[in-house]
Amino acid sequence: MHDVAKHDAGVHHAPTSFIAKHVFSLDHKVIGKQYYALGLVAALVGMSLSWLMRLHLGWTNAAIPGLHLLTKNGAPGDVMTPEFYLQLMTMHATIMVFFVLTTAPFAAFGNYFLPIQVGAEDMPFPHFNMMSFWVTFVAFLVLVSSFFVGTGPTLGGWTQYAPLSALGEVGGPGEGTGVVLWALSIGIFCVGQLLGSLNFITTTLDMRTKGMSLWRLPLSAWAWFVTSCMGLTAFAVLMPACILLILDHVAGTSFFASSNIVINDQMQPHSGGSTLLWQHLFWFFGHPEVYIAIVPGMGIVSHVLITNMRKPMLSHRVLVYSMGTLAVLSYMVYGHHMFVSGMNPVSSLAFSFPTLVITIPSTIIVLIWLGSLYGAKLRINAASLFALGFISMFIAGGVSGFFLAQPSLDIMLHATYFVVGHFHLVMGVAAMFGIFAGTYFWFPKMYGRMMNETLGKVHFWLSFVGAYAIFMPFHYLGLAGNVRRYQAFSPDYMQPLIPLHKFITVAALCMGAAQLIFVYNLIHSRFWGKPASGNPWQATSLEWSTPTTPPPHNNFGDKLPEVFHDPYQYGVESSVGDYVMQASPEKVKTEHDEA
Amino acid sequence: MATTAHEPPKIEKHGDQPQPPGNSGNGGWRNIAPANGKRPAVKDYSPPPASTGIWVVIASIAMTFAAFTSALIVRQGSALDWGHLALPPVLYLNTLVLFASSVALEVARRQVRVFFSGDNTAAAKPTLWLYVALSFGLLFVVGQYVAWRQLRSQGLFLATNPNSSFFYVLTAIHALHVLGGLGGLVRVIRRLDLSILRKSTLDATAYYWHFMDALWVYLLLLLWMKL
Repeated sequence: MHDVAKHDAGVHHAPTSFIAKHVFSLDHKVIGKQYYALGLVAALVGMSLSWLMRLHLGWTNAAIPGLHLLTKNGAPGDVMTPEFYLQLMTMHATIMVFFVLTTAPFAAFGNYFLPIQVGAEDMPFPHFNMMSFWVTFVAFLVLVSSFFVGTGPTLGGWTQYAPLSALGEVGGPGEGTGVVLWALSIGIFCVGQLLGSLNFITTTLDMRTKGMSLWRLPLSAWAWFVTSCMGLTAFAVLMPACILLILDHVAGTSFFASSNIVINDQMQPHSGGSTLLWQHLFWFFGHPEVYIAIVPGMGIVSHVLITNMRKPMLSHRVLVYSMGTLAVLSYMVYGHHMFVSGMNPVSSLAFSFPTLVITIPSTIIVLIWLGSLYGAKLRINAASLFALGFISMFIAGGVSGFFLAQPSLDIMLHATYFVVGHFHLVMGVAAMFGIFAGTYFWFPKMYGRMMNETLGKVHFWLSFVGAYAIFMPFHYLGLAGNVRRYQAFSPDYMQPLIPLHKFITVAALCMGAAQLIFVYNLIHSRFWGKPASGNPWQATSLEWSTPTTPPPHNNFGDKLPEVFHDPYQYGVESSVGDYVMQASPEKVKTEHDEA
Repeated sequence: MATTAHEPPKIEKHGDQPQPPGNSGNGGWRNIAPANGKRPAVKDYSPPPASTGIWVVIASIAMTFAAFTSALIVRQGSALDWGHLALPPVLYLNTLVLFASSVALEVARRQVRVFFSGDNTAAAKPTLWLYVALSFGLLFVVGQYVAWRQLRSQGLFLATNPNSSFFYVLTAIHALHVLGGLGGLVRVIRRLDLSILRKSTLDATAYYWHFMDALWVYLLLLLWMKL
């Protein structure tokens, strides 16, 4: 241990007022919880929107009681209009991708645990850290406010393809103010993520405690570091795109709105804008965003699995290198989202190759997980089950990626439910399972109480079966030619597919209901859960070495820990059992020593 | 069922107790105040996060302007409405002013170093040069506003044509970043007055300010070539 006084970066005194302690807090742990709460609320909102969409897809002309409360003109008689369906779809995707999949696994858990895992008192720039959350919160409010402004939220999809997104209200409901609010929200969100990335990178590089070399970082810390590097460059590109899009609306510029567009017999005033330009800028962010959503989950799942396997991964370093390779390659593959956008076929080929190559590090990571699990006496609990579920979803969703990586197949499948099934499994559900695994694993440290394991396991099985019941049929629908983004399936060839849509809707409602078990477990355990010990999972990393649970304001009390071991010393003989903690100076006995 | 044997985890052994490796992190190491106590304000061993952080910030800003550059190039090639725009001459003067600001900041940085080494007792000098740098920075922003006014007087507004759109957007976003840098300079001056300035804070502000120079030269060349 060494003196805390030697640290002064990021140091701030414990707050005394309620506002400073719980609202505008500088404490990374409070900010992490705030991000988690935002992610949870956003997930419930986004899931509710998907329920409305699924109900409409199953029973197109049915009235959904109370629907008119969400929209002025989008639900006459509580029956959803086609435009309102698209608005719900856009908001569902935007909320889920930005405010759930980006905030919860990265910003929430990363904020709470990265400084502790590296042995620091806090992040180096706590004011920026606080700003990053509140900026993100404002971004969420701006986005949701579009439901109640003008003609409602934008209907252009989370990708906001131009020229539709750049034309203004003439393009449809929500394409005026709705798009401006969308772009403003995402632009603000980018600022929050850039501030967060700044803190994550500097925390990892500069705030590590004595003895904590880079290779002694747990895999979760590595994952947050890699993700923050991706976020730094990806969001820095999306933000200018949003600025230019807003200017096309409010200043009459023509960055994205092209010439000679006639709507309702009216020539639009824009000229010369490049529709492909938006796609290039958006997908340069958009594909790394997939990894921004999933890489933290990879780190969390690895961390959880190792603790429950009681042995390290087959190769710690190869796993880290693979995550880094994913990050680098993620910028080189973005064009595969644009195979059907009129891009030069040579460009398609150029983007197809790295898209196939990026499956290599993904496959290596999966093989390391599976190889490490082989022969392991895995402790079965809610956290480890969700970690296994993550791997299952990642593989199931990833396999369909092989098909979509090839332009010749993608041209057929791109606009169908096949793609919807692919990205929901590999990016959406897998990342959600990563969040759940992290929640069940770290909840005892965050709140000092255990979550109910039985409810956790029930939650897992219902979610696991539910996810496959929803998203595997999507692949079949896509192969059958079911076009995505349609609000109703009137063509003859799609009529026979409607019963399957009804089944999916029922499955979605059931899986959604299963999440209420999780919410109940979360709230009940927070106040009435069994008190947790300081290290209930017999884990080794520094978050389990804090003097109190939850950790004190400065994480480690008067003395910062000193690190003596690699992060995952399991399967050894020590005074505490089959593991030795990173901060323990104890010299452990190994089989090698005995020999 | 076959069982796979795994190697036991590697435990580093140094004497009786495991020791931290030589390449350990520096969270608790570089944040140490100098032992001689002669430098009350600028610490030789400043916390490194600001030093690292400024490069992170610079990388992020560079990416933002790379995105704007690619947007400009793609937009130029996408239609035939790309005309010619004569850059307001005041921009060249503004460039000199921004350079002068950087030079003043460098002089200030040297003065601060000398001042806190104990060899120079002229306490006002470092602050004076910081104020000079600040003033030139403000003058640059005012100069950019003059350039916008000159363009407006020619009837070139934000939405007049894509050339003028990019001119206004690029110069305005750069000016916003310069204003951020001015905020940083004000913070440096305040912390210097309070004798709580860290060397890393001053260095980081200086790097950012010089990066604003480099970025502006790049933008000026880009605008000159493309507009």
